[in-house]
Order: sequence, then C-alpha cells, then structure tokens
Amino acid sequence: MSSELIEQAASGVGAAAVAPVLLDVDSVEASYGPYRALFGVSFKVFEGSATALLGSNGAGKSTVSRVVSGLVPVTSGRITFGGQDVTGMPAWKIARLGLAHAPEGRSVFGSLTVLENLRLAFRRSLGKDAVAAALDAAFSEFPRLRERQSQLGGTLSGGEQRMLALAKVLAVPPRLLIVDELSLGLAPKIADEVFERLAAIRSRGTSLLVVEQHVGRALELADTVVLLAKGLVSYEGPVSELGDLAHQVLPAGDGRQRGRNGTASDA
Amino acid sequence: MSTFITYLIPGVPVGCVYALMAVGLVLCYKTSGVFNLAFGAQAYVSALVFYLTVESLGWPIWAGALVAIVLVSPAIGVGLDRLLFRHIRAAPSLVKLVVALALLIGIPTTMKLLFGSATRLNPPSIIANANVVYHFGSYYVSRGDVVTVLVTLVVVAALGILFRYSEIGLHMRAAVESPRMLQLSGISAERVGAFSWGLSSFLAGLAGVLLAPLFSRVSSLDFTTLLVSAIAAAALGSLTSLPLTLVGGIVLGIGQAVLTGYLPLNSVLATGLRPAFPFVVLVVLLLVMPGLRGAMEVTDPLSGCDPPPPPLAASVRDPRLDRVARIGFPIFLAVFVISALTWVPSFWVFILTQGLAFSIMFLSITVLTGMGGQISLCQAAFAGFGAFTAGQLAMHLGLSVIVGALVGGVIAAAVGVLVAIPALRLGGIALALATLAFSLLADNVLFPLGWLGNGATGVTVPRPAIGPISFAGTRAFFLLALVALAICSTIVIMVRRGMTGRYLAAIRGSELAASTVGINVAKQKVIVFALSAGLAGVGGAVYASTQGSVSPTDFNYFFSLVFVVLVVTTGVKTVEGAINAGMAYVILAQLLSYIPDHPAWLQRFSGIEILLFALGALGYVIHPEGVVEFQKRFWTERIARMLDRFGSEEGEAEGKDASDGLGSPVAGMFPAVPRAPGGSGDAGGW
Ligand SMILES: Nc1ncnc2c1ncn2[C@@H]1O[C@H](COP(=O)(O)OP(=O)(O)O)[C@@H](O)[C@H]1O
Ligand SMILES: [Mg+2]
Repeated sequence: MSSELIEQAASGVGAAAVAPVLLDVDSVEASYGPYRALFGVSFKVFEGSATALLGSNGAGKSTVSRVVSGLVPVTSGRITFGGQDVTGMPAWKIARLGLAHAPEGRSVFGSLTVLENLRLAFRRSLGKDAVAAALDAAFSEFPRLRERQSQLGGTLSGGEQRMLALAKVLAVPPRLLIVDELSLGLAPKIADEVFERLAAIRSRGTSLLVVEQHVGRALELADTVVLLAKGLVSYEGPVSELGDLAHQVLPAGDGRQRGRNGTASDA
Repeated sequence: MSTFITYLIPGVPVGCVYALMAVGLVLCYKTSGVFNLAFGAQAYVSALVFYLTVESLGWPIWAGALVAIVLVSPAIGVGLDRLLFRHIRAAPSLVKLVVALALLIGIPTTMKLLFGSATRLNPPSIIANANVVYHFGSYYVSRGDVVTVLVTLVVVAALGILFRYSEIGLHMRAAVESPRMLQLSGISAERVGAFSWGLSSFLAGLAGVLLAPLFSRVSSLDFTTLLVSAIAAAALGSLTSLPLTLVGGIVLGIGQAVLTGYLPLNSVLATGLRPAFPFVVLVVLLLVMPGLRGAMEVTDPLSGCDPPPPPLAASVRDPRLDRVARIGFPIFLAVFVISALTWVPSFWVFILTQGLAFSIMFLSITVLTGMGGQISLCQAAFAGFGAFTAGQLAMHLGLSVIVGALVGGVIAAAVGVLVAIPALRLGGIALALATLAFSLLADNVLFPLGWLGNGATGVTVPRPAIGPISFAGTRAFFLLALVALAICSTIVIMVRRGMTGRYLAAIRGSELAASTVGINVAKQKVIVFALSAGLAGVGGAVYASTQGSVSPTDFNYFFSLVFVVLVVTTGVKTVEGAINAGMAYVILAQLLSYIPDHPAWLQRFSGIEILLFALGALGYVIHPEGVVEFQKRFWTERIARMLDRFGSEEGEAEGKDASDGLGSPVAGMFPAVPRAPGGSGDAGGW
C-alpha cells in the first residue's frame, strides 16, 4: 500500500471511501465487575493502517484490546470487525475472523514447548499438511527459535517470547494484529528488532493496533493515533497532526495520579 | 516371602482402580483447575446405574455398562462443566473446591431422591466369569483381577498417548495454562473443557463400576473413601504425571492389602489403619514433597481479565441502616430469648439449643475460611476432640462440663496447632486434602479408642451446674448455650477488629506483600488455626452436653464436608452467617423429619436439607460471598437507595455519598465501595 493512501486513510472519515474501515469501535463501555474501565470509547482502524493506541498507565488501553478480541465483555456499544458485528462473540470466533491479539505480559504458552506453541497456532488455520512447511518458514525467519524448539515457552527470555508470539502470526497473516505493550521490559536493541518485525508483518497486508505506554517507537511505526485517557478517547487522528499534543498529554503518570487524588478527596 | 506375595496379589487390582480414578482426577485438575471431589459421587452414580439396569431391569451386562460408563458418566461430567465449572474457570481454586464439595454431598442425595434408598446388595461384576481362578504355583489370581489390571494399563497408556501426541491433547494442555489464550488461537476452550470433563468422568464411571463388586452393597460412602485413596494416588504422581499416578495407585492398593494381611485381626490398627492408610500416605506426601505444593496452583497469564471479588455487605452498609440494625437486633434478641424461655415447646427449645451449639462450631469456619482464607475439612473432628474431652473429664474426674468445654477447646486448639504445622507450608487445595486426611484418621483410628471417643458406645456428657444453679433443664441449658455463643461471637469479632484480623486481611490480599511489611505469616496462620479448632472444640462440647451423650458417628468426616458447604452458603465472612447456618441446619432437619412414613416415596425427601445446602453452595459460583450475604447486600443497597431518594425529595443534600461519583469517569474507575484490605472494610460487620 502506498504511503499516500495511508495518509488519506489516516486523515479520517473523508478518506473512508478509499481505505475501508477494518475495525469500528463504537461508544464501547466495559467494566470489571463493579469497576468501570471504559466510558464510551469510539475509534476506527482502517484497512492497511497502523494505529497506535496510547495513554498513561490505567487509561484503559489493555481493556480496549481485550474488549476488541472478545476477552472482556462489552456492557454497551458495538464493535464491528471486517464489516461483521462481533459484539458479544466468543473470543475464539473473533480470532477465526482474522483478528490476532498478543496480550500484555507473556503471550505464549509457558508450559508448551516452542514447537508446540507454533503447532497449536498453525494446525487449525493451515490444516495438517501445511504445518511442516509453516514451521520451516517460521524457523528460517527466527533461527533462534529453531535452536530452542524443544524448550518450554516459559523458559524463553522476554525477547524470545515476543519473537515466538510474532512467529505465530507470520505464517498466517491475520487481518488485524493487536499487540499490547510488546516492547515492555525489553532491552532497547531487542525492542527495535520487535518493531522491525511489526513493520514487516504490516508490509504483508496485516493492519496493526499497537498499544504502547512508551510513545517514541510506536509513533515511528504508526500513521494514526488514538489517545486514551481515563477510559475515554481524547484524540483520534493522523500522527502528523498530533503536534504538541504528544508532549502535553503523554508523559506517564498524568491521568493515574489525578484520578487517585480525586477519588480520595471524594470519599 | 510367599506370604507377602499372597497378601500382595489382591492389592494390585484394587490399586489399579484407585489409579483409574486418580488419573481421572489428575486429568480434570490439569485441564480445568478443578480438584473434583465430586468424582467419588460420580463413581457412585455409575455403579448405581449399572446396578439398576443390570439387576433391577435385567439388561445384559454390556448394555448396562454402556449406559453407566459410556453414556451417563461422561454426560454428568459434561453437564457439570456446562452448568457450573465453565462459569468459574477463572475463580480461585478454593471456590472450585467448595463447588466440588457441594456436589460430592449433593449428588448422592439427588440419587436417593430419584431412585429411593433401598439397600442394594451384591453389586454385579462387569467382567464375565470374574470368579474363575487361575493358579500360578502356589499363588492364584481371579479372572476379574486380571481383566481389571489389563483394562487399567490399556486406558492409562491410551490416555498418555492422547495427551502427548494428539491435537486435542495439545489443546487440553494449553487449556491447563490459560483457556483465554487458547481462545485467542481460535480454539474454543469450552469445547476442549467439555471434552476433558467427559473423558475424566468416563474414568470415574469406569472405576466406580469396576470397584463396586468389592463392596457388599452399593453405598455412596464407600465411594467417598475410594475418592480419598485416589487423591493419595494422585498426590504420589505429583498431580501431574499419569504414569506415576498409576504406580501410586498400585502402591497404595498393595500397601493396604499387605497391611491387612499382617496386622492382627480385629485390633484398632487392623480395622482403623487399613482405611486410613491412604490418608496417612497423603499427609506424609504433602509434608515431604516440595514439588507437590507448587503443582497445586496453576496461574493464567490472562487472569487480569477478571474483576476482583465483590466487597462484603458490611462494607457498603449505609450508616442509617446501621442505626436500624443497632436498635432492631437487641429487640429481636430479647423476643427470641423470652420466647424460648416461656411459650416455645421445650422440644423446640432443645432443637434451638442444638442450633446454638452448631453455631459455635460454625464460627470456627468463619474464622478459618472467612478470616484466614483457608479451607479445612476436619472441623467436625476438632468438635469431636472437644466433646470427648468434656465427656471423659466429667466421667473420670467429675469435672463440670463448663470446665470440660474449656479444656476441650484448649485440647482441640492444641490438635489444631499440630495440623497447622503442615498448614504453614501448604495452602489452598493441599491444606484441604491434608485436613480431609486428618478427619479420616480421627474417624478410623483416634475416635474408636476407649479413652477418647470410646467407639460405638460413645461417651456420656452431663449438663453442668454452677454452684447451686443447675443447668440440667432444657430452658436453663438453652440460656447457658446462648451465653457460650455470645462469648464466642464476641471473641471472633474482637479478633477480627484487632491486629490479628488486620494481619489476616492483609495476608488474604497477598501473602507476599504481607510478609514484606513485616507480618509473620506463619505465626498468624497458626493462631487462626488454633482459634478455629478451639471454637470447634467448645462447640462440640456444648453440643455433647445438649445431647447428653455422643459417639464418634456424631463427628463423622462427612459432617466436616457438610459444615463447610453450609457456612459457605449462608456467608462465611460474618458471625451472622455462622449463626444463620447453625439455626437453619437444625430447624430444617427437624421440619423435614416430620415427613410421614407413608406413602413410602415420601421418605426419599428425608435428608433433603443436605441437598438444599449443596444447592446453596453452588450459588457460590455466582456469589462467592455467600447467598445470604448477597441478599443482605442487595437489600441494604436497595434500601439505601430508597432512603437517598426519600432524602433528596425533602431537599436534603447531605445524605448523599459515594454513589455520586459514578457520573464521572475517574470516580467510576476507583469506586468508593470497597475499602483497602486491612482497613475498616472487614471490621464493619459483626
Ligand atoms: N481485572 C481488573 N479488575 C478491576 N479493574 C481492572 C482490572 N483490570 C484493569 N482494571 C482497571 O481498568 C482500568 C484500565 O486498565 P487497563 O486497561 O489495564 O489500562 P492500561 O492498559 O491502559 O494500563 C484501570 O483503572 C484498571 O485499574
Ligand atoms: Mg495495559
């Protein structure tokens, strides 16, 4: 996809005619039991774009990811993926529609070996016969994983776990990949590598929703930004128009601190 | 040597049946995180269905087996998953354990309701010509034994292959770690879960039908004992390894058989140690195998998707309702006491006194489970220690039962400390299993001893007197029991409000965090266990004195299971919950005993209160704080809202509080409802 197209897509509603909407989150609210986390979140992810979902700690980024992939139920609002209403659909059905989600923290099975992790991912989508070829492709892409194929996922280093999570995605490119804090806790060099891989995945036709607390790299990769604060979208638009807002809103600790103090004085 | 082998041989097939059941337990535990105590009941159902189809309906063996093992048993497993366990997949393992416990006692009662309680003698064997004997030199084995062993080996091998090499096996292993992550791979964790429930329940059914002929009749209690043997076998396999579990089962079977062979006939050791043997093994294992405790809890990297548990009723109670409660409660108490002392028939006063005694015993669960966050399945045994101590002291030393009850409480507390020492190192499920083992040990080995429970004869426990005032009369004793309950309740409330309560609340929140701020977690656990056991002991003594005489059957391990289920139903966090449980237990049982003998089918309903409580505990799935507790919260919130509306109509703004904030996003994210653990949240209720 040309960068011009992406620019158009990113510039919002006017461009929707050019790049179709892949994910449409419409006034979504969600709670954890009595704890409300999202208060009517709306944004769109366009086909072929890379959207950065940014916000301070506790803003609701992970909750948005979980709600979109079906892990946390929506209490009101609608989610449409690829033109299909997926609100209330079980997570495994959403996954089959081509939505991949690498959750926060460990996103591979710690008790399965590297090989089993990959087999589990490939077998269903590719069928029995194609698994061997896909494994081969994944291992030539990530030679370290080949060395460690019989090691348990839980014993891999943080960087290796992220690579494994991405290797699962590479063989069967999803339509949308959500990555939640994929660079968290990684050495800068390894984080760079992770982001290179993300760019490669995108170039194969997968749209990205990149959740990050650390802004720099995400903004390099993304063309669109959704800013989240206290369970609400405070900005949605192209990276180029973010301008000063980036420095104003993003420094960590902002929303959370205020929220805490606010409640304390209420009670 | 040859005697040894003669003793050993019959142990092998029995051990194989233990192993089958144990493998089912391990499979279920690994895939769903549920330590399914209900397997005992499921095995019983299969044996019963097999008996009914073959003996009562005259079906051929194969048809009965097909229905009992292949249809009914997996169907029950899948049904339980669908209706219950699927919905608590993310719940703490203790919640799952309580649900399984409720099923263990609820399913046999349901069967009795459906099929009546006729004695079913001589269960048929599934194996044709099972009694044909093969000779090997001077040893002989029956055809039934050989087939049992072969079936077990084939089943365990097939399972191993399935788990290791098949696709569904891979999915099952993935679901063990995180059903949600499996969902993200596009695989329905529900379907995988249903499959493993069906498969493991099939094993329970197979074990039940194979084992039934070893007993003279089909009785659910035998299968509970089988269950505990299976648990011990599963523990030998570290709850993870199928081959080791198989070996564990066989070792247990052989051990038991050899013990029976060598121990002198009819001694306490012979009749007691044989059934208790698996539990002794289990306790020892829990103590010495460090890996076992780690294996007991599975963590899900996606557990962050679940909300924290709901707050207590007490912490959201409106101050105005508190005022009402403060006035209403003394009035209620006065009416209750005056009624009991005047117009209530003395038989019912006796029943109410029993309720008071049970309330004291149930306070022990409030302390241990509600405050300490642990589950013990030996509270009835602690009550037994208290009761027998009071009785023996009265009989031999002529001590007043009041003194006896105190000494009994102290002795029960001392026993509690002994049990708490493994508890220090264990937690959660392992502790529950260890205490279940202790229960059976007490039942089978300790209580039959003449100087303790005195076997079937039991112990007489007189009513006490203080100076010239005798409490022998029903109403006088009622008053004394009421005072005892009041004192015990006050102790519980004071402990909860005091430092220990705060420490415990912190430990419940996070053991690690508590220990980093300098709380001695081990010491607190011992204190709570001792206090709990002491309360149970005092309650046991009060109960014994109410009854006039007690025997070990009054403190059977089964009661320990019922007690937990009962208190969890009514609310495990408050003193009210324990008292509600005690009163409901005796009153319901008494009302149900009025069911007439004719027509005969009505008799099926006797004992149905157990089923009601089991159902109540299943409500734990939806309301882990207890059904009664939930209702209380529901109504207090509702009344508070009504008061608010009433208040604002009159233009009073001051009555408004926390609920105002909900309009703003920030306040919504940090609702004012639950207070910090260790704060006043827990201490508000009584
Ligand atoms: N399991 C949970 N239970 C209760 N509240 C939660 C849970 N997970 C997240 N929250 C709350 O929801 C809000 C959003 O959290 P999250 O989506 O994890 O934020 P982010 O990923 O942006 O840091 C926060 O206030 C957080 O405290
Ligand atoms: Mg997050």
